[in-house]
Amino acid sequence: MISLQDIHVTFGAGTPLETCAVRGIDLTINQGEFVTVIGSNGSGKSTLLNTLSGEVIPSSGKVLIGDDDVTNRPTAKRAKLIARVFQDPLAGSCENLTIEENMALAWHRGKSLGFGSALRSKNRQIFAKELERLGLGLENRLKDKMGLLSGGQRQAISLLMSALQPAKILLLDEHTAALDPKTAAFVLDLTCQIIDENKLTALMVTHSMQQALYVGTRTIMLHEGKIIFDVSGDERKGLTIVDLLELFKQNQQGEILSDDSLLLG
Amino acid sequence: MSTIAALGALESGLVFALVAFGVFLSFRILEFPDLTVDGSFPLGAAVCAIMIVSGVNPWLATLVAFIAGMMAGMITAFLNTKLGILNLLASILTMIALYSINLRIMGKPNVALLGETTVLTPTESWGIPYYVATPLVFSVVILVAYILLLKFLNSRLGLAMRATGANARMARSQGISTDWMIMLGMAVSNGLVALAGSLFAQSQGSADITMGVGVIVIGLASVIGGEAIITPKTMLLALLACIVGSILYRFAIAFALNADFIGLKAQDLNLVTAILVTLAIVAPKFKANLSSRFGKGA
Repeated sequence: MISLQDIHVTFGAGTPLETCAVRGIDLTINQGEFVTVIGSNGSGKSTLLNTLSGEVIPSSGKVLIGDDDVTNRPTAKRAKLIARVFQDPLAGSCENLTIEENMALAWHRGKSLGFGSALRSKNRQIFAKELERLGLGLENRLKDKMGLLSGGQRQAISLLMSALQPAKILLLDEHTAALDPKTAAFVLDLTCQIIDENKLTALMVTHSMQQALYVGTRTIMLHEGKIIFDVSGDERKGLTIVDLLELFKQNQQGEILSDDSLLLG
Repeated sequence: MSTIAALGALESGLVFALVAFGVFLSFRILEFPDLTVDGSFPLGAAVCAIMIVSGVNPWLATLVAFIAGMMAGMITAFLNTKLGILNLLASILTMIALYSINLRIMGKPNVALLGETTVLTPTESWGIPYYVATPLVFSVVILVAYILLLKFLNSRLGLAMRATGANARMARSQGISTDWMIMLGMAVSNGLVALAGSLFAQSQGSADITMGVGVIVIGLASVIGGEAIITPKTMLLALLACIVGSILYRFAIAFALNADFIGLKAQDLNLVTAILVTLAIVAPKFKANLSSRFGKGA
């Protein structure tokens, strides 16, 4: 179980540029839940995700993963508990390292490092087998540099990498946003497969309302750093984008939604 | 070029291969432009020389020089990672500080090692000339360093260090403490450079406060020159390129200074170095340009 308790995040506190990105979020994610997070630009989606990953330390509040209070733990120290796929396909892997070296890094995520060889033939077989499922022929290119691959291929590998070690939660940060529609659909499909197979608990930030409703088991919407609604189960089934917009308007008490088009995208 | 001059070039090339390893670790693996080496090279020489004249075992003195270099590297890494000083500036600060520290260690601008027992002294009884024996001993040192470094870079720890330089954010998300990796990498890098300094002092017969000037440029020249000749596809080749680049650099210098028809003299050394480095950086781009123009693919 992952829980965020009364999280506040303020950037540039005490300066003229002070911004409150998150203003009091309480969120409990149960084991096996797949939460999709939606919200317009500046609503605090990415800050929420970065608070979980450790890249942002909240000004107040608590972050619990299982029984561990990780609130002030830096990213590297909580990586054992968290798998992550970045928005930028180039951010999730090292272009100067080979495919197998990148996968070896993920294979050792959160484990103690030593002088033992990073790559063994047993690992290579596992990596090749994982890559085979992509159907992109990458299993024959283990020794190619990551930089030679396309954004879609790199994102697909990042997903495989995220599942090489067990994690308490998988964080997906608009991970299909930088891809063309066909590749995005492929990566999203793969995401659902991997989450399903490994029975992962996941949190996916997305810009697309359709995606937010189409996948996952629960959807939350953020606005100005707060959760304005949270639907799951039967209530969520059969919900359409139009319903979502309606819900948004109700919750905003008449405030005009300025970027419908963006949310619909 | 005479045989003695050629073997002398080989000897320097081998010593500076250690510097090239160090520069490769900082510049290439960690992407950390580190000028500390200009201070850690004479630091190694100073520590080693002063211990040898005090009667300490030369091997122990060399080991202590290595450790002193590691500490210098860790100071630069500390200034950068913990105090948030820009990497290049952090290294310049350590380099400047080391100038004073080296003077303090030696107590004077130079320490002569003539007649002292160094790691090379046992070779006198081998019955071969010193100009053959010294490159032989250094070859063994380089071979050992090469094997150990190669093993390290292909280990889990080494891979984590490479990821730190290549994509720090990704490295952290995989549980790698990037600050510690920089600390470790800079320590090993400057340890190797100080080791080179201590060996150089022992083969030249003195440690001098000015011997560090331009070491970073020579190291870079070796790394970049080596990469121009051997494409560093794997760590095995990348480290090999450091050795080849370092030795070739020495031969290029020796050739330039010995060729009377060019008219260069010893005082032109730094100018020649700068030109060689520039050529080594520009040459691969020029090559790529040419091949793309003629449609052979870059």
